[in-house]
Amino acid sequence: MIDVLFFAELREAIGKEKISVEADVVSVKELKAKLLATYQLENLDNAMIAVNEEYQTEEAKIADGDVVAFIPPVSGG
Amino acid sequence: MAKDFWITDQPINLNDCIAKVVRTEAGAINTFIGTVREFTKGKRTLFLEYQAYIAMAEKKLCQIGNEISEKWPDAKTAIVHRIGRLELSDIAVVIAVSTPHRNDAFAASRYAIERIKEIVPIWKKEHWEDGTEWIGDQKEMVSYMDNLPTEEEMKND
Repeated sequence: MIDVLFFAELREAIGKEKISVEADVVSVKELKAKLLATYQLENLDNAMIAVNEEYQTEEAKIADGDVVAFIPPVSGG
Repeated sequence: MAKDFWITDQPINLNDCIAKVVRTEAGAINTFIGTVREFTKGKRTLFLEYQAYIAMAEKKLCQIGNEISEKWPDAKTAIVHRIGRLELSDIAVVIAVSTPHRNDAFAASRYAIERIKEIVPIWKKEHWEDGTEWIGDQKEMVSYMDNLPTEEEMKND
């Protein structure tokens, strides 16, 4: 399974902090397509991507056990 | 608190952060304190709510400390950011940088707050009199995609 984390407006849109999906996708891009087929997530494309707590592009390969986080535009400070 | 870069859900004690960078080599300690502002572009804030991807946020704060050490090799940095509900004038972030001479301490703490707004996964939700909104894109980039971390930044851990 791949754990997928959501924050800020994405968390509110999906109503969950985390979901687990079957590891039948090979890239973040495929994962996004799968999520968009199931959930209404208008701002998903505005989010940066982190795999195992490091920023990656959506071309990044993912596998069973990885943690993918969608990082909406940050606003700390 | 053993860490020099951390996220807390408790009120920040300024001195906890400053104490991390006190040392005899330093001739200057600069602190930046970010606080909750009441008015932004005419809208009145009642309170703020901060959320973080805590594990990654602490790693990215630490990365900023490492970047500072590359740019200003004699600097020592500590950063704490608070999450949860913050009232007006509460402290959201403290950056402390000590250096042998003052110029570097000012420059490095300025660098740190700008980088926080670029790469650290922390979000602020404004609670106004007439609604709420998760805030992004504080650096007012035309497109958020322009603000993606560069390949260099991704490698720079």
